[in-house]
Amino acid sequence: MNSTHGSTVTVIPISLWRRTMNLVVTCAAAGSVILVLLPLGAIFGYLLYRGFGSINWAFLTQTPKPVGEPGGGMANAIAGSVYILLIASSMGVPVGIGAGIFLAEYGQNRLGNLIRFTADVLNGVPSIIVGIVAYGLVVLSQGHFSALAGGVALAIMMIPTITRTTEEMLLLVPNAVREAAYGLGVSRWRTTLSITLRTATSGVITGVMLAFARVAGETAPLLFTAFGNQYWNWKLNQPTAALSLQVFTYAISPFDEWHRQAWAGALILIVLIVFSVSAVRLAASRGMLKGAN
Amino acid sequence: MMRTRFQQGLEELRARLLRMGGLAEQAVDRACQAYIDRDLSRCNMVLEGESQVNATEREIDELAFDLLALQQPAAVDLRFILAVTKINSDLERVGDQAVNIAERVMDLVELPKADLPVDIPRMAAAVSAMVRRALESFIEGKAELAQAVLEMDSVVDRMKDEAFITLVKTMNERPDVTRQALDALLIARNLERVADHATNIAEDVIFWVRGADVRHNVAPEATVHQEVTDTR
Amino acid sequence: MGVGIRVEKLNAWFGKTQALHEISMEAPANHATAVIGPSGCGKSTFVRCLNRMHETIPDARAAGQVLIGDLNVYNGTSAVQIRRRIGMVFQKPNPFPTMSIYDNVAAGLKLNGFRDHRRLDEIVERSLRFSALWDEVKDTLRKKSGASLSGGQQQRLCIARALAVEPEVLLMDEPCSALDPISTGKIEELIFQLKERFTIVIVTHNMQQASRVAEFTGFFLLGKLIEFDKTEKIFTNPSDKRTEDYVTGRFG
Repeated sequence: MNSTHGSTVTVIPISLWRRTMNLVVTCAAAGSVILVLLPLGAIFGYLLYRGFGSINWAFLTQTPKPVGEPGGGMANAIAGSVYILLIASSMGVPVGIGAGIFLAEYGQNRLGNLIRFTADVLNGVPSIIVGIVAYGLVVLSQGHFSALAGGVALAIMMIPTITRTTEEMLLLVPNAVREAAYGLGVSRWRTTLSITLRTATSGVITGVMLAFARVAGETAPLLFTAFGNQYWNWKLNQPTAALSLQVFTYAISPFDEWHRQAWAGALILIVLIVFSVSAVRLAASRGMLKGAN
Repeated sequence: MMRTRFQQGLEELRARLLRMGGLAEQAVDRACQAYIDRDLSRCNMVLEGESQVNATEREIDELAFDLLALQQPAAVDLRFILAVTKINSDLERVGDQAVNIAERVMDLVELPKADLPVDIPRMAAAVSAMVRRALESFIEGKAELAQAVLEMDSVVDRMKDEAFITLVKTMNERPDVTRQALDALLIARNLERVADHATNIAEDVIFWVRGADVRHNVAPEATVHQEVTDTR
Repeated sequence: MGVGIRVEKLNAWFGKTQALHEISMEAPANHATAVIGPSGCGKSTFVRCLNRMHETIPDARAAGQVLIGDLNVYNGTSAVQIRRRIGMVFQKPNPFPTMSIYDNVAAGLKLNGFRDHRRLDEIVERSLRFSALWDEVKDTLRKKSGASLSGGQQQRLCIARALAVEPEVLLMDEPCSALDPISTGKIEELIFQLKERFTIVIVTHNMQQASRVAEFTGFFLLGKLIEFDKTEKIFTNPSDKRTEDYVTGRFG
């Protein structure tokens, strides 16, 4: 608080108590940040420590060797993860974005609230249960484990996140932009797709990436669906290896060799996730994904 | 009520114009009374009062100008301010005419008294009444009062014409009183001019109140509009 | 080229609240008509009813006759069709943020299926010239985004965008209220020129703007049209006391 009398300015000093509180809270905030980053750093560090030594060209290009034999790799698991994620995305992303569009543009009513509620509940369903459901829906009716089933399970997990984020991003688009399109005589659906969605593109992409990163490392849903495979598989209707599955299987095994490879696999998994998310963020910030031509 | 500063400005403008009206009316009355009493001191008062009339005219114009520039008046307020500037100018001319009359009276006082067959006092009374009524119509904001002033103008015109004829005849018949007759003739003309200015003032009041331009005897495009009674 | 607008007994509601009561007036072709009134009087609602933008608000409806030339806006023609003949410029400039200047101007055409690219170039240039923006942007048409322009330029861009679809009527909802005086002046000058080809209805809360720009003015109060007349009459000698009170600043 300053008071001015003519040309002199009186400054009341900030009390010691206020300065102390300021310092305390700032430190607490900084400390919280460190606390949050610590586990991430610890994970990374530890993985690097345990797994880096086991990563070599053989690891990245060979399939697992039978039990007892040293060597071998997780090439098929890496490829399998990518494969399953692609299948999941091809189903989860369109459905999620579509649902998000519906909620944002046409969902300010009870049906919309119902869908939102359902999505939130689905979000909270434990991943193992999603896996069991996918097992019942796909594996049992097809008669075998498959990459498709794994994709379905992961897609089910992706959808709520993508839906909610898409809806939120679309709602953030100012109404003025929609009105501008209406004023030009553009129909509502066209406005939604070509204008609103386009404006919200970077946000929607972020939502997709969030969902992607979340399911990329999931293990439980794949246990009864993709099931895992010692060999290469590109067929939709056959069991497929996945990195997370492989790490799980090796980790609970009694073999040291497999433990070693599990560490390496975990490191690869984290690196892949971080890499893909960063790549998309980079592309988005460079405007390559804004949709402007 | 919004626009307090503006309303205060309008009030101030009105007050000043009324003061101006008072000064002008007083000047005419004094000059006419000086004629009746052959009173030099009154003439001097009229001449001295002229500078105040002119100063007040300048003040009013300045205030009106400021209000126009700064307040963007519209409709009745705009008409009011425009009317005030015009009335202001007419009142200043009335002051000038009073000075002219006083000067004629000063000349008459130095000449021997001549018995002229012209009733200047009666004409002066009529003209004075016109000025007073015109100012009243402004104070009240009533167009009917202003309309009455318009009708009195023809009466005064006739008086002036009669005075001309009579005085010209006098000058022909009695050359010794030519100068007095001439002075009286000029006074009659000055009075008639004052009446014209009073008529102008009345027309400006009608313009303000009704938004109708009745100058030069053109029939107004009358509007169904209530009288302005609250812009005082 | 323009056609006039005739409104007969227009009523509008927001849910159960009636916002407009039996509005009837006529905005003549190739003239600018201003709509003035205090906040909440319904002037924006009125203008938005002319091109059925009012309906985009949930629970809003309107009834009555609005005739644009021979086209009856509330008689079965689709709202989308109508909005191609009646353009709109909004209070806050709203260029499409992800599009370049060129794409913004072309948006109305492209989104409605227009494909001829050469003609598109012509139309974009012509529209930008109409809105006095061409010289300022002609070198950065495709490089700069619509949102990177200044406020006044953005609004002129929105005007160009609206003109590109060649409407007959242009509705402007307080187009200058978010702009500085110089930009406002430019747009007022623009309106003066646009009148030759279009019919303009402009909502403004700035009475001086209405008096500068429009030949006709309508005064709204509490959802009713109180007085509609030539602008000079409204501002020198209005017929209704309420109009006079508003115009002289005694309320509002």
